[in-house]
Amino acid sequence: MNTTATLTPDRTIRQPPTGGRLRWAVADALTVTWRNLINYTRIPDAIFFSSIQPIMFVLLFRYVFGGAIHVPGTTYVNYLIAGVYVQTVMFGAVSTSVGLAEDLHKGLIERFRALPMARSAVLAGRTTADLVRNVGVLLLITAVGYLVGFRVQTNAVEFVAGLLLVLLFAYGLSWGFAIIGLSASNSETAQLAAFPVLFPLTFASSAFVPVTSMPGWLQAFAVHQPVSQLVDAMRQLMLGGHSAYWSSSNVWQALAWAVGLLVVLAPLAVLRYRRAA
Amino acid sequence: MVYPLAPAGDVQPAVEAVDLVKVFAKGNVRALDGVSLRVEAGTVLGLLGPNGAGKTTAVRILSTILTPDGGRAAVLGHDVVREADVVRQLIGLAGQYATVDENLTGRENLRMVGRLSHLPKGQTLEQADALLEQFGLAEAANRPLKTYSGGMRRRIDLAAALVSRPPILFLDEPTTGLDPQSRQDLWLVIEELVRVGTTVLLTTQYLEEADRLAHRVAVVDHGRVIAEGTPAELKADLGATVIEITLADPPSASAAAALLGNRDGKAPTLDGATVELTVEDGPRVAAEVLRALDQHQLTVVGLALREPSLDDVFLSLTGHRAEAERTGSTDDPEADRRALAPARGGR
Repeated sequence: MNTTATLTPDRTIRQPPTGGRLRWAVADALTVTWRNLINYTRIPDAIFFSSIQPIMFVLLFRYVFGGAIHVPGTTYVNYLIAGVYVQTVMFGAVSTSVGLAEDLHKGLIERFRALPMARSAVLAGRTTADLVRNVGVLLLITAVGYLVGFRVQTNAVEFVAGLLLVLLFAYGLSWGFAIIGLSASNSETAQLAAFPVLFPLTFASSAFVPVTSMPGWLQAFAVHQPVSQLVDAMRQLMLGGHSAYWSSSNVWQALAWAVGLLVVLAPLAVLRYRRAA
Repeated sequence: MVYPLAPAGDVQPAVEAVDLVKVFAKGNVRALDGVSLRVEAGTVLGLLGPNGAGKTTAVRILSTILTPDGGRAAVLGHDVVREADVVRQLIGLAGQYATVDENLTGRENLRMVGRLSHLPKGQTLEQADALLEQFGLAEAANRPLKTYSGGMRRRIDLAAALVSRPPILFLDEPTTGLDPQSRQDLWLVIEELVRVGTTVLLTTQYLEEADRLAHRVAVVDHGRVIAEGTPAELKADLGATVIEITLADPPSASAAAALLGNRDGKAPTLDGATVELTVEDGPRVAAEVLRALDQHQLTVVGLALREPSLDDVFLSLTGHRAEAERTGSTDDPEADRRALAPARGGR
């Protein structure tokens, strides 16, 4: 083997290709995405939280709690699936925090900072990997849902639009959880910091029960908060607008929330990343 | 614009730092307090100093990870702040705080670094395989790093820094906590890199490492360079010979130290059953010492005259031995002790 060729210094300074820096930035983000996706497949915890947990939620609510919860106008399993979609991507966003906190504290980001890669790639690669994982998770929930009796009542176009809406919302949320990850002193703290935000938003919502069953003071919060908007938008798109509980206005409000989260949180996360050392 | 660090016509240093200052807001620590360094192309500079001396901070600034609060630095004439993108193409960094992904395999890690360095695809694949072979990691190439031993981890860390074949290499404590055989292996690789033209700046707490690898040594303490020169110059500045007298047991050694008293204004140092004297005129003092001990029935079981080591230089410059500061630097005190042994032994 030729030792010299492997180790001999190369002083070439590469200029960005004709597509400009953007092409490098996209390529770098995809490389980091690839690396994060491989990581998921090699960490048992990640596989558990991404796949087993949503299946358990579907089964738990379908067969254990579902019998006691009455929803007007549709079966409980049809009502439930939208809630599980949203609950799963909400809790999945914690992995953005935990992953970034680990990369930061184990020294990987330190190495990345000394490479000629795009500065944006670490955050873009992390949030994109989480988006890809969410696609898989939504498909998995859909499949399990079908096995236990869930049926789309509208059409394929509206159903896919609903899934895209959930994915966009989750993508915006990822950037917010990136800020938590970059600010936490370690990955355990990052995980703990996320739950006080997630619990009230996810459970004090229309995800699993109609908000009309809640006391008045809680209803005021539950009706207007973004998770309820998103869940009801999903129901509108999957089950159709024959309900007093959801309507197409939920769709527009959820879309506004999703875009708003992304537009506000992404720049804040980039700012936080530049300062994290 | 006129570049102040490298005037036209002068031979350009590979790495130059002028009056670097870095203050960390947390605790208001002045990590660097005016550090100036110069590494000539193709040479090795050893940054020697205890934990917290500022070695890692200096490396992080030179490798564009941190921006300095004062002073400036350049790599092959490119400013590390204004031309960070260029500098990043010229450097490789390996060290205690810059790691690779432990869930990826060795091969995946090297390919990732190659892609993020924007190397042509064929070059990335070829270089990754060649490095794995070269570093004895071909067998482990498809295993995740979390299955690697400590020595293998350091080798893959170093290999990752070499994917783009950088002309300048920063090594931050490359062998801290390694067993002697693994250190020896890494030293051979570093020597090979220098032979083919790489410029290396390495930080270390091991005096033996600096002595073996570095052409020049800068001793850093409390964010300042307190001495700089070739290992031979630094030892010559101490201008002395070290006499090591080994007695039957530690109590006899204490008695001997008390009997001998100060020589040339320096107190004898005790290490177990061994007394060390640093003196101007070794042979004459040695003869005198042996006579004195003989008269007091203190049996000498060993005698050595040696040139001062960098350890002695460090002690005389900072007032403490390098290893005294190292408590807690690795999670394996046994590895630390083993790694120290050769540095302490006479040569």
